[in-house]
Amino acid sequence: MIETSFDIAKTSTGKSLRTEEMVVNMGPQHPSTHGVLRLEVVLDGEIVVDVIPHIGYLHRCFEKHCEHMTNYQQVIPYVDRMDYVAAMTNEMAFVSVVEKLLKIEVPERVHYIRIIMAELQRIASHQIAIGTFGIDMGAFTPFLYYFRDREKILDLFEMTCGARLLYNYMWIGGLSHDLPPQFIGQAKDFCRDFKKTLQEVNDLLNYNEIFIKRTANVGVLPKDLAINYACSGPMLRASGVDFDLRRDDPYTLYDRFEWDVIVGKGEVGVVGDVWNRNMVRQKEMWESLRIIEQALASLPEGDVQKAIPKRIRPVPGDVYGRVEGPRGEIGFYIVAEDSVTPYRVKGRAPAFVNLSVIGEIAKGAMLADLVAIVGSIDIVLGEVDR
Amino acid sequence: MTPQEIYDILKTQFGDAVLEVKIEGARDPFIKIQPDKINDVARFVHNNEQLQFDYLMCLSGVDYKGKLGVTYNLYSMVHRHKITLKIEVPTESPDAPSVESVWKSANWHEREAFDMYGINFLGHPDLRRILLPDDWEGYPLRKDYQVPEFYNGMKVPY
Amino acid sequence: METIQSLLENSVVLTLLNAAVPLLFILPYALVTIYVEMKMAAHIQNRLAYMESGWHGTLQPFADMLKLLQKEDIIPAAADKLFFILAPYLVFVGMYASFAVLPFSSAYIGSNIDLGIFYLVSVSSLVVVGLLMSGWASNNKWSLFGAMRSVAQIVSYEIPGVFAILGVVMVFGTMNMQTMTQLQDGGIHHWLILGGNFPLWQKLALFPFMIVLFVIYLLSSMAEVNRTPFDLPEAESELVQGYNTEYSGMKFAIFYLAEYANLFLVSAVIVVMFFGGWSSPFGSFMSGPVWGAFWFVLKGMSFVFFNVWLRWTLPRLRVDQLMYVSWKVLTPFALVCVIAIGLIMVYDP
Repeated sequence: MIETSFDIAKTSTGKSLRTEEMVVNMGPQHPSTHGVLRLEVVLDGEIVVDVIPHIGYLHRCFEKHCEHMTNYQQVIPYVDRMDYVAAMTNEMAFVSVVEKLLKIEVPERVHYIRIIMAELQRIASHQIAIGTFGIDMGAFTPFLYYFRDREKILDLFEMTCGARLLYNYMWIGGLSHDLPPQFIGQAKDFCRDFKKTLQEVNDLLNYNEIFIKRTANVGVLPKDLAINYACSGPMLRASGVDFDLRRDDPYTLYDRFEWDVIVGKGEVGVVGDVWNRNMVRQKEMWESLRIIEQALASLPEGDVQKAIPKRIRPVPGDVYGRVEGPRGEIGFYIVAEDSVTPYRVKGRAPAFVNLSVIGEIAKGAMLADLVAIVGSIDIVLGEVDR
Repeated sequence: MTPQEIYDILKTQFGDAVLEVKIEGARDPFIKIQPDKINDVARFVHNNEQLQFDYLMCLSGVDYKGKLGVTYNLYSMVHRHKITLKIEVPTESPDAPSVESVWKSANWHEREAFDMYGINFLGHPDLRRILLPDDWEGYPLRKDYQVPEFYNGMKVPY
Repeated sequence: METIQSLLENSVVLTLLNAAVPLLFILPYALVTIYVEMKMAAHIQNRLAYMESGWHGTLQPFADMLKLLQKEDIIPAAADKLFFILAPYLVFVGMYASFAVLPFSSAYIGSNIDLGIFYLVSVSSLVVVGLLMSGWASNNKWSLFGAMRSVAQIVSYEIPGVFAILGVVMVFGTMNMQTMTQLQDGGIHHWLILGGNFPLWQKLALFPFMIVLFVIYLLSSMAEVNRTPFDLPEAESELVQGYNTEYSGMKFAIFYLAEYANLFLVSAVIVVMFFGGWSSPFGSFMSGPVWGAFWFVLKGMSFVFFNVWLRWTLPRLRVDQLMYVSWKVLTPFALVCVIAIGLIMVYDP
């Protein structure tokens, strides 16, 4: 029996009417849990008393496979499939960590192209995040507006490496293909046209009164709890922590460009609530466009495959490296022994760590808010389960 | 703060519990700690003014043949420095204290290490399998793991 | 020949034929509205919808109907069989019986009773019973949730809706729907939304309250029909399909048909009360029995169109916010309007 403010039903003798909590399963197949996630929800009427997430439905033994590869390059397609919605940043993480392990310096052109691809991927991933979040709220239209523009990004990727979703593009020490000649023009057109859609969706969704009522002051994640739970990415920044790996733990040439880190300010609602997370993602897309335009304007010449090593046989040791992905901090901890096969690869997925917060922030919310909170954490089960 | 200074502070505080350090020649400097003291060391590095490691980036289990290890990659948001701590426990009795009371993010990471390696974290509030089904037998990421023939009547290797 | 003639003079047969006439309207209307909704949704979302079957997909609703009819009717093993089967028919009956009092034109109304709109409000409460039955009998926690929410929503929104109707009935002095329309005949300046067929001072006094009552009834009618922004009971993202989850085949087709017909019903009620029913806006030009039916359907369809437009634009309200709007916003406004209208109608200079 739960004593809540709703528990005002009393019999004539003054004893409260006995109510029981209902245990409901959201998932594993459910339209709004963004994949195969099972949430065991203990409900008292409409109020959530406890949420216990059960994961592992998409576990594909990625780490065990890595220990049986014939070389390090073969791990890259597996890494793609961890976060299948934003594959370029996964590749960037793995490739940067291996280059740190081998102490390889890649040419500048490779750095620039990697930055362009990562930022395009960040925009594509946020489009899905905000679009599906809108659908969970009942606004079906922004999803389709964003998908129309996502097609243009996928066309750019297809033009470069042949694949739309899982690329195997960033190789250790370089890239698999150089940019085709029409890439720069088409990318500049995209940057110009996407700003209109961003403004449109901003007016349609973010400042809509009903949307604000659904998302403001819901699922508040306080600052110190966010740091203690090692949340990262938009979740951390929306809680007021001014921390972005691209600026504060630099891993490539982001310091050559001028861009801002978006931190949740509590413009509407409270710092750390669902509305601010959504707004941080929305505004990050503007910043990504800035970076892409600057990078395209100053792209240096060079050979993208010059630094690719013929055989990778690192000095034994271990290293941890991380990268700012659209969902947060993608990290790889690689233990290398004297062999061409990695000894241990651990993928630190941002969604895995961010999802563990849900037990804390969803207590006391209503069932409809639970959907909003899960949507705002922005999980992709591929990387949660690996 | 440099790794050498961090090591000095830890050595002065804990003496013998700090087993080993590797700074030169390592891409990521690490400090090896005695397994049963890791909870105290974790609390110390979290609370100490000069260290303030408040962000546990990653916690991974590793199988060094004959021993199981746990690696803690730590970061400080305040001072912006990193350090790696390691412990090693024998495979036959893999008990290690849990650091969940210091960093809540260790909750799920330790569950995963238990799931994959069988490392028993003492003091963890809810130590059960996370990625594999609850009734799976065996610890897959160990180097001597044999894939079972059948699971609940279904043939496993195909 | 003689048997047919005697059959046609038999009052029972006549009544049955009379009762089937709205069905002749509902079935083609449902096909058209399904098509219009999908196409409108598509154009709002910057895509094309059906394009394959027929010119621009016009034959698609027929294909959908045929598909639903030939689907396997699955009843879950642990479901309460009697109520599970009965529920869609209750919903349909509750909605269809209300069509009896809609004045399609000056020459045709199913049943010209003096209790008109009162009968309509009471019979459409059968829909609530049907929804609750379907949610319970499905033996599915999510359906139960959807049914509970739906019942709470419909019951709460009936209050401001009925107050709005009360205000209109006070102005007209009758509950007979045909009389209401006849009192608004003669041109757009006689429609109740612009003050009604009254002296100028009364028109000016009634006009703001009529606008408010119109908005109140519009919102509560959207909530009665479970349309966005009030569609939480069938919110796809949370409850899979709410009370509809376990239904398939013919029973689902009945629910689907009942939902669209209900949408037309409430639009038609708005039209009859506020916008002059079958009367032409130009007075005597383009008026008559057949033209009346045309105007009625046209005005009803424009409100259906408005509802479809809102569905694809706005997100949905949470259930406690829904209740808040009903009890703390709409009901006080409706009460104030009713009191004011009463005073205006009683005042005799």
